[in-house]
Amino acid sequence: MKPSHSGTLAETALLIAAVALPLLLQAFGEDYYIGFATRLLIFALAATGLNFIVGYGGMVAFGHAAFFGIGAYAVALLMNAGIFSAWITWPVAVAAAALAALLIGAASLRTRGVYFIMITLAFAQMIYYSVVSLEFAGGDDGLPLEQRSTLVPLDLADDATLYWVTLGLLAASLMALKRLAASRYGRALTGLRQNETRMEALGYPVQQIKLVCFVVGSAVAGLAGALLANQNGMASPSQLYWTQSGMLLVMVILGGVGQRFGGMLGAIALLGLEEVLGRITEHSHFYVGLALLAVVLYAPRGLAGLWGRQK
Amino acid sequence: MTALLEISGLKRHFGGLWATNGVDLDVVTGEVHALIGPNGAGKTTLIHLISGELLPDAGTLQFAGSDISQCTTHDRVARGITRSYQITQIFPRLSLLENVRLAVQSRQRDWGSSLRFWRPASADFRMIEEAEDWLSRVGLAAEVSQLACDVSHGERRALELAMALATRPRLLLLDEPMAGMGPEESEHMARLIASLKGEQTVLLVEHDMDIVFRLADRVSVLVSGRIIVSGTPDFVREHPAVRSAYLGDAL
Ligand SMILES: Nc1ncnc2c1ncn2[C@@H]1O[C@H](COP(=O)(O)OP(=O)(O)OP(=O)(O)O)[C@@H](O)[C@H]1O
Ligand SMILES: [Mg+2]
Repeated sequence: MKPSHSGTLAETALLIAAVALPLLLQAFGEDYYIGFATRLLIFALAATGLNFIVGYGGMVAFGHAAFFGIGAYAVALLMNAGIFSAWITWPVAVAAAALAALLIGAASLRTRGVYFIMITLAFAQMIYYSVVSLEFAGGDDGLPLEQRSTLVPLDLADDATLYWVTLGLLAASLMALKRLAASRYGRALTGLRQNETRMEALGYPVQQIKLVCFVVGSAVAGLAGALLANQNGMASPSQLYWTQSGMLLVMVILGGVGQRFGGMLGAIALLGLEEVLGRITEHSHFYVGLALLAVVLYAPRGLAGLWGRQK
Repeated sequence: MTALLEISGLKRHFGGLWATNGVDLDVVTGEVHALIGPNGAGKTTLIHLISGELLPDAGTLQFAGSDISQCTTHDRVARGITRSYQITQIFPRLSLLENVRLAVQSRQRDWGSSLRFWRPASADFRMIEEAEDWLSRVGLAAEVSQLACDVSHGERRALELAMALATRPRLLLLDEPMAGMGPEESEHMARLIASLKGEQTVLLVEHDMDIVFRLADRVSVLVSGRIIVSGTPDFVREHPAVRSAYLGDAL
């Protein structure tokens, strides 16, 4: 919890490197990787939101894909209705995910452990099947975007710009999260994770504290979903499917549950590994599984726990 | 002498067992009221019923003049009832200071204020100072920065007392605060509770008769879910029903 100057220094260096990345890739003619890097950052954002729920809030939610997908569909549906501006559609995506999380959270937060896992999964699958059965949402095929969202004065059609915007949003979310974790609310959340009985006995509104955490983490996923729709050029049902929730959870575990950079590191490691292994072998999933096993066995605090003592 | 807490006809069962079987009890403002009784008599169950962690099947609880029988724990703490547990309930991986700071913080019920989401908790010096004061009060001034899981059992019990006090309760419920302590630690805790006398209303569940008769202004004896005798320590000590039902098997 002590402010570490070497930590901030490393963070700043990392941020500068991340900002410079598209320029380097362009210089080497590897423009394809700008899109890939954007994808990493988007998943990093979604996993960071999930890590807030799982790691800070102590609630193992297995339905994060629902909010991720809702964000994407919000952007796609609004675009079909003629609304292109990200200034409108992205906040709507966030609000829609938050609202869904408010309803789902209010209904499921009284359960815990395996029951909470199952009930969040069930709600997420319900949303998946509803969307797939809706004709105006594109059914099984998903909903293509006519173009990327407009974000005056920026031009998101440019891959590098979308990358930078994503990076900015990820950095802002990570900073906001740090701030939130150190606030009175964040401290209450820590207390809750360690001893719910005591928090209750101190008179804290335990359910509300959890609900806020669930909604905030899901809203972040909504934003990530809006970005992914832009990056993919469509909102697809697979984004809502339970396997997506599983993958996000794997990212969090891989990166470090409750570590501030856990979601980000996990997303980068998992997608990076898949990309690299996908080029070498057809059995990339097998090796990714091995890597996950190794982390669970030898680095229970995840990748973030390996290199530094964040938090 | 007005009753802060008035319990009448309180009942609660678990399956076929009436753990609380028609309890009538008054706790008067300012007193240390001891609740004694053999193992399984229903003392902890009664504390749960007062704190709101269990709801009664029958009977009423009046606190400071209003009926709280159906209120949530959250609401009861807001009204001024805080408890400690027979099995210590603290935040093991937080410092003693942060444990108590969270208790101080619990009094701030400004949920609408965005500051509590944005401003660092560590910037609130008043809260931290108050937490330090409570820790000194229970003799833990030197341990403020240690993790709660790293201090001794007796220190953890004292910490829990500090946390309960930091909520500034009108009624403090202590469920066997000396449970599992050695003689020295027990003595320290007994002195702490004695130091509260006159300024804090306490309902104290305790097994150790010497301590009970030393600390309590009044004593109630709970046997099989019922209060069989209630009165001054001397009265209770000499009461034949108590001697046979309870002291008999303690002696
Ligand atoms: N949650 C529960 N479910 C079922 N039975 C319970 C429950 N809690 C308590 N009991 C039973 O109710 C009776 C009273 O228990 P309680 O814990 O209130 O006694 P106590 O007086 O606090 O005992 P001790 O001195 O051992 O702490 C016991 O017989 C106990 O087994
Ligand atoms: Mg008990």
